[in-house]
Amino acid sequence: MSDGPLLEQLAKLVTDAPDDLIDRIAARWVTVDGPIGELFVAYTDHGIAYVRPAADDVREEFRRRFGRPLLRAARPPAGLASALRTGRTSGIEFDLRELTDFQAEVLRATQAIPRGEVRPYSWIARRVNRPRAVRAVGTALATNPVPLLIPCHRVVRSDGSVGEYIFGTELKRHLLHAEDTNLDEAHSLARRGIFYVASDTTGIVCYPTCRHARRIAPSHRKGFRTVVQAETAGYRPCRHCQPAPAAAT
Amino acid sequence: MRVIAETSDDVDRWFVDLYDQHRGPVFSAALRLCARWADAEDLTAETFVRAYRAAGDYAPERRAQVRPRAWLMTILWNLWRNRARTAARRPPPAPLTEGIDVADPGQDVAGTAERNETGERLAALLEQLSDAQREAVVLRYVADLSVSEVAAILGVPEGTAKSHVSRGLKKLRELTQGGVR
Repeated sequence: MSDGPLLEQLAKLVTDAPDDLIDRIAARWVTVDGPIGELFVAYTDHGIAYVRPAADDVREEFRRRFGRPLLRAARPPAGLASALRTGRTSGIEFDLRELTDFQAEVLRATQAIPRGEVRPYSWIARRVNRPRAVRAVGTALATNPVPLLIPCHRVVRSDGSVGEYIFGTELKRHLLHAEDTNLDEAHSLARRGIFYVASDTTGIVCYPTCRHARRIAPSHRKGFRTVVQAETAGYRPCRHCQPAPAAAT
Repeated sequence: MRVIAETSDDVDRWFVDLYDQHRGPVFSAALRLCARWADAEDLTAETFVRAYRAAGDYAPERRAQVRPRAWLMTILWNLWRNRARTAARRPPPAPLTEGIDVADPGQDVAGTAERNETGERLAALLEQLSDAQREAVVLRYVADLSVSEVAAILGVPEGTAKSHVSRGLKKLRELTQGGVR
């Protein structure tokens, strides 16, 4: 008997792949206006994967780093423009699959720093349960694939200086000023050995850039070098900015 | 092949052509190997990502020389084999049902219904073949590879591949005649 009809039927088992399957393979890219000029943004079905200043070699760099094809998107993903404008990214998803667990944790901890405030590298290290890995936190932030949206510019040195930034120290300072962070005040306090600010009316001690610290009237402000000193003086750490209980050991 | 040669200077354009030309057969072969829609999607996506990564290391001339269908099926096959090994101790998958019902919106309804009816029956029969026969038949007739390409992927002599294919077909014919048709 001939196999003809059977072969025809077998050939009919070829169905097309689902239309949205390409989104699990390729990333999409757009360029958008951002706080530091035109940005290249790539995203996948998992979320935003890569943000860099728009430059000729940025697509090549994406390929090298992510190993996915890049297709031009018709329009930016929902919420991107407003997230870049306002610095609020609560509705934005990120694709952090290419990162190490440690780097992804560092970035998720960094997301918690609100606009207008900064935290030291050691704060992030503590949040990811690696309090001694301060330097590793710096390295993880230095290769942040989604800067601006995950605000690594809000992580600064404990001595009050702004520290390194993926796009340079000057841009970091510029971004923080644009977010109305009281950077200069924090820096001048740090030069006087004051790293925490407390209120003698609430009995709470904060980082100097904490929104609660900034509301303290000058007559009620107390400065401290360490959280332990503040606690000894009867203050408790702020629940919003969670200043480090300096080495309890 | 000509299309690929023309666009191989740009790996992304090359990839889009590769994907558009081969996504159907690759997905269909994956579906007949895994017998589960979601697994077939995973396997197909992974195959094309691997293909893209491999192609990125090739010079354009080498990309142009690739025989895309057989190359993609080799990648698919290796991924599938590795998964099957990993999953060997897990219970066998439930038979495919949900996938077959997903109509291709590009087809007319009557045609799709007819095709799915035969397709579903035949797909169920395929599952009754031995692994070797089913794999050979899927690679030969769903992925539309030559016997020598099938043999290369399975890592067996051509004669062996040929006999898996013809025994698989014989079994399928017996099964289709055994009351179903």
